[in-house]
Amino acid sequence: MGNEKDYLELIDGEKKFRHIGTRPIRPDGVDKVTGRANFGADFTMNGMLHGRVVRSPHAHAKIKSINSAKALKLKGVKAVVTGKDFPTLDPSDKAVGEVTVSFFDMSRNVIARDKVLYDGHAVAAVAATSPQIAEKALALIEVEYEVLKPVMTVSEAMKKNAPILHKGMKTSGVEPTPSRSSNVASRAEFKLGDVNKAFKEADIIVERDYTTQTVHQGYIEPHACVADINADDMATIWSSSQGQFMVRALVAKLLAMNTSKIKVIPSEIGGGFGGKTIVYLEPLAVLLAKKAGRPVKMVMTRDEVMRATGPTSGGHARAKIGAKKDGTIVAGELEMEYEAGAFPGSPVGLGCMTGFAPYNLKDVSCIGWDVVVNRPKAAAYRAPGAPVAAFAVESAMDELAEQLKIDPLKLRIKNAAVEGTQAPYGVKFPRIGCLETLTEAQTTDHYNSPLGPNQGRGVASGFWFNIGGQSSASVMVNPDGTVIVATGSPDIGGSRASMALMAAEVLGIELHNIKPLVADTESVPYSDLTGGSRVTFATGKAVVEAAEDAVNDMKRRAAKIWDVDFDQVEWKDGSACCIETDVHKPMTIADIAAMAGKTGGAISGKANINAKGAGAAFATHICDVEVDPETGHVTVLKYTAVQDVGTAIHPSYVEGQMQGGAVQGIGWALNEEYVYGKEGQLQNTGFLDYRVPVASDMPMIDAIIVEVPNPGHPYGVRGVGEVPIVPPLAAVANAVSHAIGTRMTDLPMSPPKILAAIDAE
Amino acid sequence: MAKYHVKTTINGDPAEFLCGTEQTVLDCLRDELGLTGSKEGCSSGDCGACSITLDGRLVCACLVLGVETEGKDIETIEGVADGDDLHPIQKHFLQEAALQCGICTPGFIVAAKALLAENPNPTETETRYWLAGNLCRCTGYDKIVTAVMNAAAEMRGE
Repeated sequence: MGNEKDYLELIDGEKKFRHIGTRPIRPDGVDKVTGRANFGADFTMNGMLHGRVVRSPHAHAKIKSINSAKALKLKGVKAVVTGKDFPTLDPSDKAVGEVTVSFFDMSRNVIARDKVLYDGHAVAAVAATSPQIAEKALALIEVEYEVLKPVMTVSEAMKKNAPILHKGMKTSGVEPTPSRSSNVASRAEFKLGDVNKAFKEADIIVERDYTTQTVHQGYIEPHACVADINADDMATIWSSSQGQFMVRALVAKLLAMNTSKIKVIPSEIGGGFGGKTIVYLEPLAVLLAKKAGRPVKMVMTRDEVMRATGPTSGGHARAKIGAKKDGTIVAGELEMEYEAGAFPGSPVGLGCMTGFAPYNLKDVSCIGWDVVVNRPKAAAYRAPGAPVAAFAVESAMDELAEQLKIDPLKLRIKNAAVEGTQAPYGVKFPRIGCLETLTEAQTTDHYNSPLGPNQGRGVASGFWFNIGGQSSASVMVNPDGTVIVATGSPDIGGSRASMALMAAEVLGIELHNIKPLVADTESVPYSDLTGGSRVTFATGKAVVEAAEDAVNDMKRRAAKIWDVDFDQVEWKDGSACCIETDVHKPMTIADIAAMAGKTGGAISGKANINAKGAGAAFATHICDVEVDPETGHVTVLKYTAVQDVGTAIHPSYVEGQMQGGAVQGIGWALNEEYVYGKEGQLQNTGFLDYRVPVASDMPMIDAIIVEVPNPGHPYGVRGVGEVPIVPPLAAVANAVSHAIGTRMTDLPMSPPKILAAIDAE
Repeated sequence: MAKYHVKTTINGDPAEFLCGTEQTVLDCLRDELGLTGSKEGCSSGDCGACSITLDGRLVCACLVLGVETEGKDIETIEGVADGDDLHPIQKHFLQEAALQCGICTPGFIVAAKALLAENPNPTETETRYWLAGNLCRCTGYDKIVTAVMNAAAEMRGE
């Protein structure tokens, strides 16, 4: 399990890091093992009301009328809001991020206007004095619908005569722009060279279709918030999200409020995986609180989470690879259609960019279609778009290896992307660790162990960009020399620990003297949300720079006290030292802090950055399965995840990301899928029948850390959170395919599908 | 809606509360008693985030009505540590980094404590099956299983 390397020692024996690479107990840990940590639903206020949402029972319908008169007459009901209470936004108002966001659409996702577009779409919200009264009021809000035919799959939605979700929506990215409305929102294309010509050079071509279903992030904590708005129209929101500044910006946008009138206080967040990078409840809670003149708490049920929040796209992919007999790949082609859900914006473009990224291809073409269907609007989910693309490409790679009778890792090594390789989306990779993950995988005991009957082994690689972005950090030195490190990045998996470790490294002090905290929107400058595997990289970089700024401040103070030039002072092991003379004894942080009043006031450091140079992440996974030929049940016997992490700041939490991402991917491969009824109602809205992996389904996940430092970070950090979910779909599918002797191309590989595949042989 | 007066013992201390007939013991703990350490992830007994023990038996607090706890002995996550002295399971969760977001952690710790009360020397498989009623979406269970087994070893004096 553990990477036993001694991080305190450099290879040449010189001490490199004092803190980085160690495994201390996380600073927020005790609160989380004792039940004291406050998550989204744990906050209450005096006089607080309870809000609930009326949701559409139909997948596709026109709203003819909404009558809340009866609900408002119920004693204890204080306010009802509907789409009419929301400002109308400009359809062209968009923001470009990991996935393009249309505020016009987002507003309609938060609350339906003239049409409902999926089972569970919010139609109205009510606030009452107790959860029980709010629940009763839901049934008293009368909504009259004209039910329309739903469009549930990509293939239905792309048919010429399909019912149209958004009249007037024309497919963008095709020439000429079509005249007819379509459910196809856009076409994206990424290509290098001339793929058609290149395929003619191939000795062998493999080509197949792959399908996957809608899956959910499955965070255990449902969305929750409390909103209060005072007589001066100043709103305060306590909420569980991946970004307090994101919540502030989106509430301001959707409610046409001034940003300075909204304060967002982040709670602990009980899982997000991308699904809490947008708002659902907060704008409703603010409007209800405003109408009622009292604070309003809103907490989703699991049923609401499944029906109305962030799944990721199911879809179809066709992958084609051409190669020479020796295994040199000459051409790759990928064409995919992803469900966007009710509004445009699936991550199909990211899928196109990532699918072939682990390989050095001169001629490659990836085309993606973004298709709206009557399902909840897709939200980000860990490496959005990449797992489905990797499922197709890595399955095709496995088939190619099989046909060429080449070891699948050797085939990948032969074609691996290296420094200087041009990715299908255009960039030339700087130093990357793709090859290193493959060669490391080759040497594992796992890869070289024997298999028994009905067992199979699969390997797959994966890529994720990782992002940087805007991060802020403040380092405040207390009068006793202890230090507060404040950032604006919610800690979703232990990032307080990595912030503290990096600050301790720069400051040269003990970890327990540092308190890392996640500040509210009025206590630290703007930061982008926690996502894109960016926090340890970008916010970490801000923390390092802020700590350096504080060190410089302290060196100036020491210079002043000693009456020497600033450049005569150096920082060593948490103390200012005078270089040339030993007249002055070194001053510790505590010494300098104690004299702050005499040297210019409080000591602090700050950094507000837009971090560039996020290092790309590559991973290679190995999976062994055993298939029960009687039942079609798959047991995962052994699983190894190898990943280039740049530098592991806290190796235990790096391993945790790798293990958790792998298991989510295994769930995607074997169990998880949205099951819709004929009329478009979601059938499996709970954890009983939306089956995420449980402890007894899993073996230990061997996490092998490879460190190819990222030149873009002071300590070499690469993002680690997302890439672990990219390889598992294909790693598991390849293993199952080898175990049963038939290629599995349709996820999830549930027992009936596997039995059918065995029977068809 | 008349409320019932319920007398129980919670984490060793006498506790009384008023509860409606529709309220679960989870609602009572969280909303009436301010004990928010037990989490609500599903309200259908599938995720285990609200795990408590009732007269020593491990249950999902979302599946038991508040009125059913009359005269019963309830133990929650808030009662696992002895003051600021953490239980070995809690210590090992921290040492082994067995939590990421932490929302499932209270339920896992309560469930693990119940496991070790019944079986002080569980195998990995026994541990995994006992904890199969607790969902964790962050860790992949690896470090949780390790933490529980290491805590068991420590409690056996190994």
